[in-house]
Amino acid sequence: MKSLFDRGPSLLTRLVLALTCAATVMFLDHRLNTMQPVRSFLSTLVAPVQYLAVLPEEVLDRLVYLSTTRTTLREENKALKQELQELQMAVQRLNFLENENDRLRQLLDSEVRETSRRMAAEVVAVATDPFSHQVVINKGSANGVYEGQPVLDNRGIVGQILSVGRGTARVLLISDQSHAISLRAERNDIRVLARGTGDLQRLELLFIPHSSELEVGDKLMSSGLGGVFPEGYPVAEIIEFDRDERLQYARVVAQPFAQLDRIRTVLLLWPSSATEQPVYDDKEGADNVD
Amino acid sequence: MWIKSGLLPLLVSYLVALVLMVMPMPAFLEAWRPDWLSLVIIYWVMALPHRVGMGTVLILGLVADILMGSVFGIYATALLIMAYPAIRHFQRIRNYSFTQQALIVAVLVLVKRVLVYELEHVLNDAMFHGSYLYPVISSAIAWPWVYLILRKYRRHYLVR
Repeated sequence: MKSLFDRGPSLLTRLVLALTCAATVMFLDHRLNTMQPVRSFLSTLVAPVQYLAVLPEEVLDRLVYLSTTRTTLREENKALKQELQELQMAVQRLNFLENENDRLRQLLDSEVRETSRRMAAEVVAVATDPFSHQVVINKGSANGVYEGQPVLDNRGIVGQILSVGRGTARVLLISDQSHAISLRAERNDIRVLARGTGDLQRLELLFIPHSSELEVGDKLMSSGLGGVFPEGYPVAEIIEFDRDERLQYARVVAQPFAQLDRIRTVLLLWPSSATEQPVYDDKEGADNVD
Repeated sequence: MWIKSGLLPLLVSYLVALVLMVMPMPAFLEAWRPDWLSLVIIYWVMALPHRVGMGTVLILGLVADILMGSVFGIYATALLIMAYPAIRHFQRIRNYSFTQQALIVAVLVLVKRVLVYELEHVLNDAMFHGSYLYPVISSAIAWPWVYLILRKYRRHYLVR
Protein backbone atom coordinates (compact mmCIF):
# COMPACT_ATOMS: atom_id res chain seq x y z
CA MET A 1 0.00 0.00 0.00
CA LYS A 2 1.33 3.36 -1.02
CA SER A 3 1.20 5.97 1.68
CA LEU A 4 -0.15 9.40 0.93
CA PHE A 5 2.68 11.23 2.62
CA ASP A 6 6.35 10.72 2.05
CA ARG A 7 8.34 9.25 4.85
CA GLY A 8 12.06 9.28 5.33
CA PRO A 9 14.40 11.94 4.01
CA SER A 10 13.12 14.35 1.39
CA LEU A 11 13.74 13.82 -2.29
CA LEU A 12 16.35 16.54 -2.45
CA THR A 13 18.27 15.04 0.47
CA ARG A 14 18.24 11.66 -1.25
CA LEU A 15 19.45 13.23 -4.49
CA VAL A 16 22.29 14.97 -2.69
CA LEU A 17 23.23 11.75 -0.88
CA ALA A 18 23.27 9.74 -4.10
CA LEU A 19 25.22 12.45 -5.91
CA THR A 20 27.77 12.46 -3.09
CA CYS A 21 28.19 8.70 -3.53
CA ALA A 22 28.65 9.12 -7.28
CA ALA A 23 31.12 11.97 -6.84
CA THR A 24 33.12 9.93 -4.31
CA VAL A 25 33.54 6.95 -6.63
CA MET A 26 34.35 9.31 -9.48
CA PHE A 27 37.08 10.89 -7.36
CA LEU A 28 38.40 7.49 -6.22
CA ASP A 29 38.44 6.19 -9.78
CA HIS A 30 39.81 9.15 -11.66
CA ARG A 31 42.09 10.93 -9.19
CA LEU A 32 43.35 8.08 -7.06
CA ASN A 33 43.01 5.20 -9.55
CA THR A 34 41.98 2.89 -6.75
CA MET A 35 38.99 1.32 -8.44
CA GLN A 36 40.80 -1.00 -10.86
CA PRO A 37 40.32 -4.22 -8.83
CA VAL A 38 36.67 -3.31 -8.20
CA ARG A 39 36.23 -2.58 -11.88
CA SER A 40 37.64 -5.87 -13.06
CA PHE A 41 35.54 -7.75 -10.49
CA LEU A 42 32.39 -5.93 -11.56
CA SER A 43 33.14 -6.41 -15.26
CA THR A 44 33.20 -10.13 -14.62
CA LEU A 45 29.86 -9.72 -12.87
CA VAL A 46 28.17 -7.84 -15.73
CA ALA A 47 29.64 -10.08 -18.44
CA PRO A 48 26.30 -11.94 -18.84
CA VAL A 49 24.71 -8.67 -20.03
CA GLN A 50 27.32 -8.49 -22.75
CA TYR A 51 26.80 -12.09 -23.76
CA LEU A 52 23.04 -11.47 -23.91
CA ALA A 53 23.67 -8.49 -26.14
CA VAL A 54 25.31 -10.56 -28.88
CA LEU A 55 22.87 -13.44 -28.55
CA PRO A 56 20.37 -12.22 -31.20
CA GLU A 57 23.18 -11.67 -33.66
CA GLU A 58 24.57 -15.13 -33.04
CA VAL A 59 21.16 -16.74 -33.43
CA LEU A 60 20.69 -14.87 -36.70
CA ASP A 61 24.11 -15.94 -37.94
CA ARG A 62 23.28 -19.50 -37.05
CA LEU A 63 19.98 -19.31 -38.96
CA VAL A 64 21.72 -17.83 -41.99
CA TYR A 65 24.28 -20.60 -41.79
CA LEU A 66 21.61 -23.28 -41.53
CA SER A 67 19.77 -21.90 -44.54
CA THR A 68 22.79 -21.78 -46.85
CA THR A 69 22.46 -24.28 -49.64
CA ARG A 70 24.89 -26.96 -50.59
CA THR A 71 25.83 -25.22 -53.84
CA THR A 72 26.81 -21.97 -52.13
CA LEU A 73 28.81 -23.89 -49.58
CA ARG A 74 30.58 -25.78 -52.33
CA GLU A 75 31.38 -22.56 -54.17
CA GLU A 76 32.60 -20.92 -50.98
CA ASN A 77 34.75 -23.93 -50.25
CA LYS A 78 36.31 -23.72 -53.69
CA ALA A 79 37.03 -20.00 -53.35
CA LEU A 80 38.51 -20.49 -49.89
CA LYS A 81 40.76 -23.31 -51.09
CA GLN A 82 42.03 -21.12 -53.86
CA GLU A 83 42.66 -18.27 -51.44
CA LEU A 84 44.48 -20.64 -49.08
CA GLN A 85 46.71 -21.83 -51.87
CA GLU A 86 47.62 -18.28 -52.83
CA LEU A 87 48.33 -17.37 -49.22
CA GLN A 88 50.48 -20.48 -48.76
CA MET A 89 52.53 -19.51 -51.77
CA ALA A 90 52.96 -16.01 -50.39
CA VAL A 91 54.00 -17.47 -47.02
CA GLN A 92 56.68 -19.62 -48.64
CA ARG A 93 58.28 -16.53 -50.07
CA LEU A 94 57.80 -14.72 -46.77
CA ASN A 95 59.55 -17.47 -44.80
CA PHE A 96 62.49 -17.28 -47.14
CA LEU A 97 62.68 -13.50 -46.82
CA GLU A 98 62.34 -13.69 -43.05
CA ASN A 99 65.25 -16.10 -42.77
CA GLU A 100 67.31 -13.94 -45.04
CA ASN A 101 66.42 -10.86 -43.04
CA ASP A 102 67.42 -12.59 -39.81
CA ARG A 103 70.79 -13.57 -41.29
CA LEU A 104 71.41 -10.07 -42.58
CA ARG A 105 70.49 -8.60 -39.24
CA GLN A 106 72.89 -10.97 -37.54
CA LEU A 107 75.61 -9.83 -39.93
CA LEU A 108 74.85 -6.25 -38.99
CA ASP A 109 74.92 -7.20 -35.30
CA SER A 110 71.43 -5.86 -34.75
CA GLU A 111 68.76 -7.70 -32.83
CA VAL A 112 66.96 -10.48 -34.62
CA ARG A 113 63.20 -9.91 -34.69
CA GLU A 114 61.46 -12.26 -32.37
CA THR A 115 58.28 -14.14 -32.89
CA SER A 116 55.04 -13.32 -31.18
CA ARG A 117 52.12 -15.51 -30.21
CA ARG A 118 48.54 -14.75 -31.07
CA MET A 119 44.98 -15.73 -30.31
CA ALA A 120 41.66 -14.93 -31.98
CA ALA A 121 38.88 -13.33 -29.95
CA GLU A 122 35.29 -12.33 -30.67
CA VAL A 123 33.81 -8.93 -29.99
CA VAL A 124 30.89 -9.32 -27.59
CA ALA A 125 29.84 -5.73 -26.91
CA VAL A 126 30.50 -2.16 -27.95
CA ALA A 127 30.48 1.10 -26.03
CA THR A 128 28.80 3.63 -28.23
CA ASP A 129 29.75 7.06 -26.94
CA PRO A 130 31.76 9.17 -29.35
CA PHE A 131 34.10 9.89 -26.44
CA SER A 132 34.76 6.33 -25.48
CA HIS A 133 35.51 4.01 -28.35
CA GLN A 134 35.78 0.64 -26.71
CA VAL A 135 34.76 -2.90 -27.47
CA VAL A 136 34.58 -5.90 -25.18
CA ILE A 137 36.07 -9.21 -26.29
CA ASN A 138 35.41 -12.72 -25.03
CA LYS A 139 38.92 -13.47 -23.76
CA GLY A 140 40.16 -12.39 -20.35
CA SER A 141 42.78 -12.97 -17.70
CA ALA A 142 41.92 -16.69 -17.83
CA ASN A 143 43.41 -16.71 -21.33
CA GLY A 144 46.49 -14.71 -20.37
CA VAL A 145 45.23 -11.37 -21.68
CA TYR A 146 47.01 -8.45 -20.02
CA GLU A 147 46.61 -4.69 -19.83
CA GLY A 148 48.27 -2.81 -22.66
CA GLN A 149 48.26 -5.79 -24.99
CA PRO A 150 48.11 -4.95 -28.72
CA VAL A 151 44.95 -5.97 -30.61
CA LEU A 152 44.80 -6.38 -34.40
CA ASP A 153 42.35 -7.41 -37.06
CA ASN A 154 43.15 -8.85 -40.48
CA ARG A 155 43.90 -5.40 -41.93
CA GLY A 156 45.73 -3.55 -39.22
CA ILE A 157 46.01 -2.46 -35.63
CA VAL A 158 42.70 -2.06 -33.80
CA GLY A 159 43.74 -0.90 -30.36
CA GLN A 160 45.05 -2.03 -27.01
CA ILE A 161 43.64 -3.78 -23.96
CA LEU A 162 42.38 -1.29 -21.40
CA SER A 163 41.14 -3.50 -18.59
CA VAL A 164 40.82 -7.21 -18.04
CA GLY A 165 38.08 -9.23 -16.38
CA ARG A 166 38.17 -12.98 -15.93
CA GLY A 167 36.46 -14.00 -19.14
CA THR A 168 36.24 -10.66 -20.91
CA ALA A 169 38.55 -7.76 -21.66
CA ARG A 170 37.99 -4.22 -22.84
CA VAL A 171 39.78 -2.90 -25.91
CA LEU A 172 40.48 0.80 -26.35
CA LEU A 173 40.29 1.53 -30.09
CA ILE A 174 42.90 3.69 -31.81
CA SER A 175 40.09 6.07 -32.75
CA ASP A 176 39.30 6.89 -29.10
CA GLN A 177 39.90 10.50 -28.19
CA SER A 178 42.25 9.58 -25.39
CA HIS A 179 44.37 7.26 -27.53
CA ALA A 180 47.49 8.16 -29.47
CA ILE A 181 49.87 5.86 -31.34
CA SER A 182 53.33 6.41 -32.71
CA LEU A 183 53.56 5.67 -36.45
CA ARG A 184 56.08 5.70 -39.24
CA ALA A 185 55.39 6.47 -42.90
CA GLU A 186 56.16 3.43 -45.04
CA ARG A 187 57.54 5.50 -47.93
CA ASN A 188 60.02 7.77 -46.17
CA ASP A 189 60.19 6.70 -42.50
CA ILE A 190 58.86 9.99 -41.17
CA ARG A 191 57.70 9.46 -37.59
CA VAL A 192 54.28 10.82 -36.68
CA LEU A 193 51.90 10.70 -33.75
CA ALA A 194 48.30 9.78 -34.55
CA ARG A 195 45.56 10.66 -32.12
CA GLY A 196 41.99 9.37 -32.21
CA THR A 197 39.29 11.92 -32.93
CA GLY A 198 36.18 10.14 -31.71
CA ASP A 199 35.30 9.37 -35.33
CA LEU A 200 35.89 5.73 -36.29
CA GLN A 201 37.17 6.67 -39.74
CA ARG A 202 39.58 9.43 -38.80
CA LEU A 203 42.86 9.74 -36.95
CA GLU A 204 44.53 13.09 -36.56
CA LEU A 205 48.29 13.41 -37.06
CA LEU A 206 49.81 15.80 -34.56
CA PHE A 207 52.62 18.33 -34.92
CA ILE A 208 53.20 17.96 -38.66
CA PRO A 209 55.16 20.93 -40.06
CA HIS A 210 53.81 22.58 -43.22
CA SER A 211 56.94 21.56 -45.08
CA SER A 212 56.53 17.84 -44.31
CA GLU A 213 57.16 15.39 -47.11
CA LEU A 214 54.07 13.37 -46.25
CA GLU A 215 51.43 13.12 -48.94
CA VAL A 216 47.87 11.97 -49.33
CA GLY A 217 47.93 8.21 -49.84
CA ASP A 218 50.99 7.54 -47.66
CA LYS A 219 50.69 4.35 -45.64
CA LEU A 220 51.50 4.59 -41.95
CA MET A 221 52.88 1.62 -40.00
CA SER A 222 53.34 1.21 -36.28
CA SER A 223 56.80 2.39 -35.27
CA GLY A 224 57.29 0.17 -32.25
CA LEU A 225 58.16 3.20 -30.14
CA GLY A 226 56.33 3.44 -26.86
CA GLY A 227 56.59 -0.28 -26.26
CA VAL A 228 52.92 -1.17 -26.62
CA PHE A 229 52.54 -1.95 -30.29
CA PRO A 230 55.06 -4.11 -32.14
CA GLU A 231 56.82 -2.57 -35.10
CA GLY A 232 55.69 -2.74 -38.70
CA TYR A 233 51.98 -3.43 -38.59
CA PRO A 234 49.79 -1.33 -40.90
CA VAL A 235 47.65 1.24 -39.12
CA ALA A 236 46.31 3.99 -41.37
CA GLU A 237 46.50 5.84 -44.64
CA ILE A 238 46.66 9.62 -45.04
CA ILE A 239 43.46 10.88 -46.68
CA GLU A 240 43.66 14.64 -46.10
CA PHE A 241 46.58 17.02 -45.96
CA ASP A 242 45.71 20.65 -45.35
CA ARG A 243 48.70 23.01 -45.44
CA ASP A 244 46.83 25.97 -44.03
CA GLU A 245 49.53 28.50 -43.16
CA ARG A 246 47.31 30.24 -40.67
CA LEU A 247 47.48 27.24 -38.40
CA GLN A 248 50.56 26.41 -36.41
CA TYR A 249 50.82 22.90 -37.87
CA ALA A 250 49.48 21.27 -40.98
CA ARG A 251 46.14 19.53 -40.48
CA VAL A 252 46.57 15.90 -41.52
CA VAL A 253 43.88 13.23 -41.30
CA ALA A 254 44.46 9.51 -41.70
CA GLN A 255 41.96 6.69 -42.09
CA PRO A 256 42.59 3.46 -40.15
CA PHE A 257 42.95 0.27 -42.18
CA ALA A 258 41.17 -1.77 -39.55
CA GLN A 259 37.42 -1.74 -40.01
CA LEU A 260 36.66 -0.30 -36.62
CA ASP A 261 32.96 0.11 -37.31
CA ARG A 262 32.33 -3.56 -38.04
CA ILE A 263 34.94 -5.53 -36.14
CA ARG A 264 33.73 -8.99 -35.20
CA THR A 265 36.90 -11.02 -34.79
CA VAL A 266 40.16 -9.60 -33.51
CA LEU A 267 43.62 -11.00 -32.97
CA LEU A 268 45.42 -10.69 -29.65
CA LEU A 269 49.18 -10.51 -29.87
CA TRP A 270 51.72 -11.61 -27.26
CA PRO A 271 55.06 -10.05 -28.20
CA SER A 272 58.06 -12.12 -27.15
CA SER A 273 58.85 -9.54 -24.47
CA ALA A 274 55.51 -10.07 -22.72
CA THR A 275 55.63 -11.72 -19.33
CA GLU A 276 52.14 -13.22 -19.71
CA GLN A 277 51.64 -16.30 -21.82
CA PRO A 278 48.52 -17.13 -23.81
CA VAL A 279 46.34 -19.89 -22.42
CA TYR A 280 44.43 -21.59 -25.22
CA ASP A 281 41.02 -23.13 -24.65
CA ASP A 282 41.91 -26.22 -26.68
CA LYS A 283 44.61 -27.49 -28.96
CA GLU A 284 43.93 -24.88 -31.64
CA GLY A 285 46.79 -22.71 -30.46
CA ALA A 286 49.58 -25.16 -31.13
CA ASP A 287 50.67 -23.45 -34.34
CA ASN A 288 49.59 -19.90 -33.61
CA VAL A 289 53.09 -18.52 -33.73
CA ASP A 290 54.63 -16.22 -36.28
CA MET B 1 8.59 -11.80 2.74
CA TRP B 2 11.27 -9.20 2.03
CA ILE B 3 10.87 -9.40 -1.74
CA LYS B 4 8.06 -7.12 -2.83
CA SER B 5 5.81 -8.35 -5.60
CA GLY B 6 7.04 -7.49 -9.06
CA LEU B 7 10.70 -7.20 -8.21
CA LEU B 8 11.65 -9.70 -10.88
CA PRO B 9 9.80 -7.95 -13.74
CA LEU B 10 11.45 -4.68 -12.68
CA LEU B 11 14.92 -6.24 -12.76
CA VAL B 12 14.18 -7.85 -16.13
CA SER B 13 13.23 -4.47 -17.59
CA TYR B 14 16.50 -2.94 -16.33
CA LEU B 15 18.42 -5.86 -17.79
CA VAL B 16 16.75 -5.45 -21.18
CA ALA B 17 17.58 -1.73 -21.18
CA LEU B 18 21.23 -2.43 -20.35
CA VAL B 19 21.46 -5.11 -23.04
CA LEU B 20 19.96 -2.76 -25.62
CA MET B 21 22.48 -0.13 -24.56
CA VAL B 22 25.51 -2.26 -25.46
CA MET B 23 24.07 -4.35 -28.28
CA PRO B 24 26.17 -4.16 -31.45
CA MET B 25 24.27 -2.38 -34.22
CA PRO B 26 24.93 -1.52 -37.87
CA ALA B 27 27.20 1.51 -38.11
CA PHE B 28 24.65 3.84 -39.71
CA LEU B 29 22.10 3.18 -36.95
CA GLU B 30 24.67 3.41 -34.18
CA ALA B 31 24.47 7.19 -33.82
CA TRP B 32 20.66 7.05 -33.62
CA ARG B 33 20.40 4.40 -30.92
CA PRO B 34 17.76 5.68 -28.46
CA ASP B 35 18.92 6.16 -24.90
CA TRP B 36 17.08 3.04 -23.68
CA LEU B 37 18.34 3.14 -20.12
CA SER B 38 17.19 6.74 -19.65
CA LEU B 39 13.79 5.95 -21.14
CA VAL B 40 13.23 2.98 -18.87
CA ILE B 41 14.39 4.91 -15.81
CA ILE B 42 12.14 7.86 -16.65
CA TYR B 43 9.19 5.51 -17.05
CA TRP B 44 9.70 3.72 -13.75
CA VAL B 45 10.37 6.80 -11.64
CA MET B 46 7.23 8.30 -13.08
CA ALA B 47 5.09 5.20 -12.67
CA LEU B 48 6.42 4.01 -9.30
CA PRO B 49 8.10 6.99 -7.63
CA HIS B 50 7.65 5.41 -4.19
CA ARG B 51 9.62 2.40 -5.28
CA VAL B 52 12.13 3.31 -7.96
CA GLY B 53 14.08 6.18 -6.52
CA MET B 54 17.51 7.70 -6.28
CA GLY B 55 19.09 4.50 -4.96
CA THR B 56 17.99 2.43 -7.95
CA VAL B 57 19.12 5.13 -10.36
CA LEU B 58 22.50 5.33 -8.64
CA ILE B 59 23.07 1.58 -8.93
CA LEU B 60 21.92 1.47 -12.55
CA GLY B 61 24.18 4.42 -13.32
CA LEU B 62 27.20 2.63 -11.85
CA VAL B 63 26.39 -0.53 -13.84
CA ALA B 64 26.12 1.64 -16.98
CA ASP B 65 29.54 3.08 -16.12
CA ILE B 66 31.05 -0.39 -16.05
CA LEU B 67 29.35 -1.41 -19.29
CA MET B 68 30.41 1.74 -21.10
CA GLY B 69 33.90 1.68 -19.63
CA SER B 70 33.70 5.30 -18.50
CA VAL B 71 35.08 6.67 -15.25
CA PHE B 72 32.94 5.41 -12.36
CA GLY B 73 30.18 7.83 -11.49
CA ILE B 74 29.81 9.73 -14.75
CA TYR B 75 26.63 7.98 -15.88
CA ALA B 76 25.44 7.73 -12.30
CA THR B 77 25.67 11.49 -11.80
CA ALA B 78 24.04 12.30 -15.12
CA LEU B 79 21.20 9.84 -14.61
CA LEU B 80 20.57 11.05 -11.05
CA ILE B 81 20.30 14.67 -12.13
CA MET B 82 18.09 13.61 -15.03
CA ALA B 83 15.80 11.54 -12.80
CA TYR B 84 15.30 14.27 -10.19
CA PRO B 85 12.85 16.48 -12.13
CA ALA B 86 11.03 13.36 -13.34
CA ILE B 87 10.41 12.21 -9.75
CA ARG B 88 9.73 15.70 -8.52
CA HIS B 89 6.99 16.30 -11.10
CA PHE B 90 5.79 12.76 -11.75
CA GLN B 91 2.13 13.60 -11.14
CA ARG B 92 2.20 16.42 -13.65
CA ILE B 93 4.12 14.51 -16.34
CA ARG B 94 1.82 11.49 -16.03
CA ASN B 95 -1.14 13.56 -17.14
CA TYR B 96 0.49 15.11 -20.18
CA SER B 97 -0.26 13.98 -23.70
CA PHE B 98 2.24 11.82 -25.57
CA THR B 99 3.60 14.79 -27.52
CA GLN B 100 4.22 16.79 -24.37
CA GLN B 101 5.74 13.78 -22.64
CA ALA B 102 8.00 13.14 -25.60
CA LEU B 103 9.18 16.74 -25.47
CA ILE B 104 9.93 16.47 -21.77
CA VAL B 105 11.76 13.18 -22.35
CA ALA B 106 13.80 14.88 -25.08
CA VAL B 107 14.78 17.65 -22.67
CA LEU B 108 15.68 15.14 -19.94
CA VAL B 109 17.78 13.01 -22.32
CA LEU B 110 19.45 16.18 -23.59
CA VAL B 111 20.32 17.17 -20.02
CA LYS B 112 21.71 13.71 -19.34
CA ARG B 113 23.85 13.63 -22.47
CA VAL B 114 25.16 17.16 -22.01
CA LEU B 115 26.12 16.25 -18.44
CA VAL B 116 27.92 13.09 -19.57
CA TYR B 117 29.75 15.12 -22.18
CA GLU B 118 30.70 17.85 -19.73
CA LEU B 119 32.04 15.33 -17.21
CA GLU B 120 33.96 13.46 -19.91
CA HIS B 121 35.31 16.80 -21.11
CA VAL B 122 36.49 17.82 -17.68
CA LEU B 123 37.94 14.41 -16.79
CA ASN B 124 39.21 13.10 -20.13
CA ASP B 125 39.37 16.12 -22.47
CA ALA B 126 36.63 14.72 -24.68
CA MET B 127 35.70 16.74 -27.74
CA PHE B 128 32.12 17.43 -28.72
CA HIS B 129 30.53 15.68 -31.68
CA GLY B 130 27.17 16.75 -33.08
CA SER B 131 26.13 13.15 -33.54
CA TYR B 132 26.17 12.66 -29.77
CA LEU B 133 22.86 14.49 -29.56
CA TYR B 134 20.99 12.52 -32.27
CA PRO B 135 19.66 10.08 -29.63
CA VAL B 136 17.77 13.00 -28.07
CA ILE B 137 15.51 12.96 -31.14
CA SER B 138 15.31 9.17 -31.47
CA SER B 139 14.57 8.82 -27.74
CA ALA B 140 11.68 11.28 -28.03
CA ILE B 141 10.34 9.31 -31.00
CA ALA B 142 10.72 6.01 -29.14
CA TRP B 143 9.12 7.30 -25.93
CA PRO B 144 5.39 6.68 -26.72
CA TRP B 145 6.15 3.07 -27.64
CA VAL B 146 8.35 2.51 -24.62
CA TYR B 147 5.62 4.04 -22.47
CA LEU B 148 2.85 1.86 -23.91
CA ILE B 149 4.91 -1.33 -23.78
CA LEU B 150 6.10 -0.75 -20.23
CA ARG B 151 2.61 0.19 -19.08
CA LYS B 152 1.22 -3.02 -20.48
CA TYR B 153 4.14 -4.91 -18.93
CA ARG B 154 3.61 -3.25 -15.55
CA ARG B 155 -0.13 -4.04 -15.52
CA HIS B 156 0.39 -7.58 -16.68
CA TYR B 157 2.93 -8.42 -14.01
CA LEU B 158 1.22 -6.28 -11.34
CA VAL B 159 4.29 -4.25 -10.51
CA ARG B 160 3.17 -1.72 -7.93
